[in-house]
Amino acid sequence: MSAPPSPAETPVLAIAGEAASSMGAASSAPRRRGESPAARSGGARRRLRRRGARRRLRRQLIAWGFIAPVAVYMILFYAFPLYQNLDLSFREYTLRSFIDGTAPFVWFENYAEILQSSAFMPALINTGVFTIVSIVFQYSIGLALAVFFFKRFPLAATLRALFLVPWLLPLLVSASTWAWMLNSESGVVNAGLALVGVPQINWLTSPQWAMVSVLIANIWIGIPFNLVILYSGLQGIPNDIYEAASLDGANGWQTFWRITFPLLRPVSAITILLGLVYTLKVFDIIWIMTRGGPGNASTTFAIWSYRLGFGGGSPELSPAAAVGNLLILIAFVFGLIYIRTQRRMENS
Amino acid sequence: MISVRRIANTVIGLVLTALMLFPLYWMVNVSLTQPTELRKDPPNLFPLNPTFEGYRTVLDEQLPFLGTSLIIGLGTVMLTLILAAPAGFALAKLRPRGRTAVDFTLLIAQMIPSIIMAMGFYLIFFNWGILDTVPGLILADSTLAVPFAVLIFTAFMSGIPDELMNAAKIDGASEWRTFRSVILPVSRNSIVTVSLFAFLWAWSDFIFASTLNRGGDFQPITMGIYKYIGNNTQDWNAIMATAVVASVPAALLLIVAQRYVAAGVTAGAVKD
Repeated sequence: MSAPPSPAETPVLAIAGEAASSMGAASSAPRRRGESPAARSGGARRRLRRRGARRRLRRQLIAWGFIAPVAVYMILFYAFPLYQNLDLSFREYTLRSFIDGTAPFVWFENYAEILQSSAFMPALINTGVFTIVSIVFQYSIGLALAVFFFKRFPLAATLRALFLVPWLLPLLVSASTWAWMLNSESGVVNAGLALVGVPQINWLTSPQWAMVSVLIANIWIGIPFNLVILYSGLQGIPNDIYEAASLDGANGWQTFWRITFPLLRPVSAITILLGLVYTLKVFDIIWIMTRGGPGNASTTFAIWSYRLGFGGGSPELSPAAAVGNLLILIAFVFGLIYIRTQRRMENS
Repeated sequence: MISVRRIANTVIGLVLTALMLFPLYWMVNVSLTQPTELRKDPPNLFPLNPTFEGYRTVLDEQLPFLGTSLIIGLGTVMLTLILAAPAGFALAKLRPRGRTAVDFTLLIAQMIPSIIMAMGFYLIFFNWGILDTVPGLILADSTLAVPFAVLIFTAFMSGIPDELMNAAKIDGASEWRTFRSVILPVSRNSIVTVSLFAFLWAWSDFIFASTLNRGGDFQPITMGIYKYIGNNTQDWNAIMATAVVASVPAALLLIVAQRYVAAGVTAGAVKD
């Protein structure tokens, strides 16, 4: 493994460096070709070089011709909405604005309003708790299952494939099903708990259980994804290491902690970071199961933003956009960490 | 001795899978339960006295929603493939300048929460007059799949040997011709993977549907279920029947294209 890059080296810089080196590689090829016949006159060489430059320009134009549709698309359907959202968060956009198209510019007023809102602290804490607890359980359960299914036994592949189903279902479907299973009076979960003497729990309607409920559903949905990625990571660990370990008399537990877990670290890092980015986005599950309630008990930034913008009668699009932009800021930080980690993995 | 342990593992595996899939079983079970028995405590573990009333309701009321979802799903797949496949080819094979910047943008794009995109789209679609329309939703849903698709195509097409391209070039084929007649046919696997995910994401989308198509005449199935939950908190067997029907495409695709699913999940995260 190579040494880790210095902390100062941001991904952007790394990218710039890489781009420069690949350009260098592309331009050095024709020059080398021009050198070989020493008798060539300066003019001919210059002409050749010019022709090479033209050919390279043509190649670039063709390449970008293929990319152009996506580039235009990204500008129209990513950059433009994001700009629109940013603009929105600095204005006071009301129902009137839809009619006459004007909205006064109010600088950071919307942001100040959000930061002072009584919903801010609960949303921040809930987003943190929801994200961290989800990931801890999704990862550890996913890893345990990956190790289990990595053993060879009849039906292993089929059962592992069946584990994927919950991940492919529409989130709305999973959320509705969980909502009904956790129903206070007629839910199967409470019925099951009653068998072992646990009194009725108001899963979705009591402040202390609402968060637990949405966490259970979200963890359930995230397990397949963790299982698949970690399983593919296990496949990448060379078998002879395990053979050597078993020759040395290591037991299953030692093998896991001394070999599997450390060697899986790069894949684990990616899994957890992707989990972070995905969990920050979670909306459907919470909205369907609790709508962020009761009160603000299960309101995250995503839910808060949606509720402001589309949840009530009169849309408060500007504060909603401001909440959304805070969320983007958090996601962006994790995104940068993700890309850094992936680059480091590719280099090692 | 060894075989005993293997069978024990199979049994444990079956139990774990059953636990994991229990909510799905429960969804089917409730969808077949008589409305009068829905509130029974404890609930019936099996549909002893099954009714297909819930499914009849689905067929009566939800077919237009299902049709709309199908059109949106297929439209999203088409748009995604048309945009992403050529870009993937160029990024993988034509050495464009700034390719790393493009890759970087695509990675970041996948991390933007949909609710934020929805808000921006809302105003844009309002101004363009495509709020509450199917084409508007196809455009919005494609944003879920396009960056992912370009990255998958790039990764896959990088693996196609250069000799194949050079042979086409010697025969005098243009880049476009090479892409169409050589690269696309050998990229079948990645086309299937991308289509699968683009379709499923569009089919499952709720956030764009509920923000950008709140009042349209043609709404997708997720809105169908959502309205159902809002209006009929009693008819849970019909809600669950709709949920079962809405899950059918996912289940079918998983059975038909199992290895593409696993390939897509891992390729999205770990490049090898």
